[in-house]
Amino acid sequence: MKTVAELNEIARRVRKNALKGIHSAGSGHPGGSLSVTDILVALYFNEMNVDPTNPRMEGRDRLVLSKGHACPALYATLAERGYFPPEEMLTFRHLGTRLQGHPNMMVCPGVEMSTGSLGQGFAAAVGMANAGRIDGDKSKVYAITGDGELQEGIIWEAAMTAAKYKLDNLIAIVDWNNLQIDGRVDDVCQVSPIDKKFEAFGWKAIMCDGHDMQSLLDAVDEAKKTVGQPTVIVAKTFKGNGVSFMKDVAGWHGKAPNDEQLAQAIEELGGDE
Amino acid sequence: MEKNNKATREAYGEFLVEYGAKRKDLIVMNADLSGSNKTDGFEKAYPERFIECGISEQDMIAEAAGIAHSGHVVACSSFTMFAAGRGYEIIRNSVAHTKANVKVCATHAGLTVGEDGATHQTVEDIALMRVIPDMTVISPADANSAKELLRQLFEMNGPAYARLSRSGMPQVYEMKEADCLELGKGRVVRKGNDVAIIATGLMVSTAIEAAEILSKEDIKARVIDIHTIKPLDKDIIVQAAKECGCIVTAEEHSVIGGLGSAVAEVVAQNYPVRMSVIGIKDTFGESGKPAELLEKYGLTANDIVAEVRKLKNSIID
Repeated sequence: MKTVAELNEIARRVRKNALKGIHSAGSGHPGGSLSVTDILVALYFNEMNVDPTNPRMEGRDRLVLSKGHACPALYATLAERGYFPPEEMLTFRHLGTRLQGHPNMMVCPGVEMSTGSLGQGFAAAVGMANAGRIDGDKSKVYAITGDGELQEGIIWEAAMTAAKYKLDNLIAIVDWNNLQIDGRVDDVCQVSPIDKKFEAFGWKAIMCDGHDMQSLLDAVDEAKKTVGQPTVIVAKTFKGNGVSFMKDVAGWHGKAPNDEQLAQAIEELGGDE
Repeated sequence: MEKNNKATREAYGEFLVEYGAKRKDLIVMNADLSGSNKTDGFEKAYPERFIECGISEQDMIAEAAGIAHSGHVVACSSFTMFAAGRGYEIIRNSVAHTKANVKVCATHAGLTVGEDGATHQTVEDIALMRVIPDMTVISPADANSAKELLRQLFEMNGPAYARLSRSGMPQVYEMKEADCLELGKGRVVRKGNDVAIIATGLMVSTAIEAAEILSKEDIKARVIDIHTIKPLDKDIIVQAAKECGCIVTAEEHSVIGGLGSAVAEVVAQNYPVRMSVIGIKDTFGESGKPAELLEKYGLTANDIVAEVRKLKNSIID
């Protein structure tokens, strides 16, 4: 178990390494990586039962990053957790890398589901939780989606199935940064109120601050206690959080920082070690 | 010979119940069509291993991938249109790309869906499924072979697609003959060296019928059942090209991208001979009885016979 201060420090390194990876690739998705970072760090360091030395350990908790484009944050978190060296971030999106442009479970340790085509990871996670129900497996399945991703119909198909089968081993977390490629999510195609929508689909909904570690940990702990229904945590976040010029700017959805921008971002994130 | 008309979806339903008894890790998924796709028998026998998703094929297929990656073999059932059609991208990205042990078993293939009409008559699914890397694709000719090929498909680890029929299909194989079939290996079901008729699914029995008619004109047609579209048995095709000199393919599927295309890819690159492709001619279907549709769209034994004659004549010219 890490303290909140320790988690924040890890998240700082994750943000920095995610951006270094994107810079090295010359492409990638910084905005959504920076918004989801704290969620990933809270889960991998304080909530999930995983073993980096045995990524396929029986009975482990599993996390599916359904918003697969935010994989720089996932990779950097897995690296901090010990699945592979953080230096490997510099191979992100390079030919032959394990750190593919969108997560590939066949090559990258710790990745539980290949994602990138929005909505499918969420449904696959529902499937994992459904298998857990059938098998009497006590582990948890976490699914992280974007808020724009909720526009995908498959999300709501799977949400119905999850409620039907009372999958209380399933915890979904919506990275509610309110931005997608074409602008504000609710301008592009309204998804709010997210909590009410999931509640109408038979889920328990918990709101939290997605950049406040204690708020995230409390929300996950509450979700773990839910019985008889799946839980969604709607985590309020900002795209690009942690870097002033990226924060809450749609244009940083899928663009790599140049040398100067990277240097400034690293400085804002506390500088290089 | 007394022909036993049985739909391959019936064989699928029976297979699931029998196979489910020994494969405890088998989970069957359905999207509101259990009576039609014959998964209802499994549901009754093993309700705890049956998942009903409702009318949500995308969810069903992506969930199937998640279940497979939790250590199960999953049978995913819908109509071909909603499995291969609507589900295409999910099959590609969540199932095939992750090598998930999911068998997409799709019933109501082709024109012989009949009265439901064009929206339900999938004549593109072979093309869609065979283009995906790592997919195994089967299209059985009758109920007996369907049972055996499904068994082999489920014994194999990895993504697969089974094309199954709504309507009865004339029996091509005795059960003990069907037991000798091998996934990925075509089967010569009638010998001959004058022309090779390479067929799949329902058109195998039609091709045998055509070969009988041709035999009266002293044309000895070899009939080959390509029950496994992918991986394709290249050897049996190249051998047919060499020994028969010309090939007619027949499928209840579009002439674009299906068996005919697959055979042409092999023939053109290995031993070019004249070919003719019989199938649905790049058009949508319509309502009608299966037999009426097969006649209207040129998928009868006489259509094959006419095509063989035309091909043979063109070679002589």
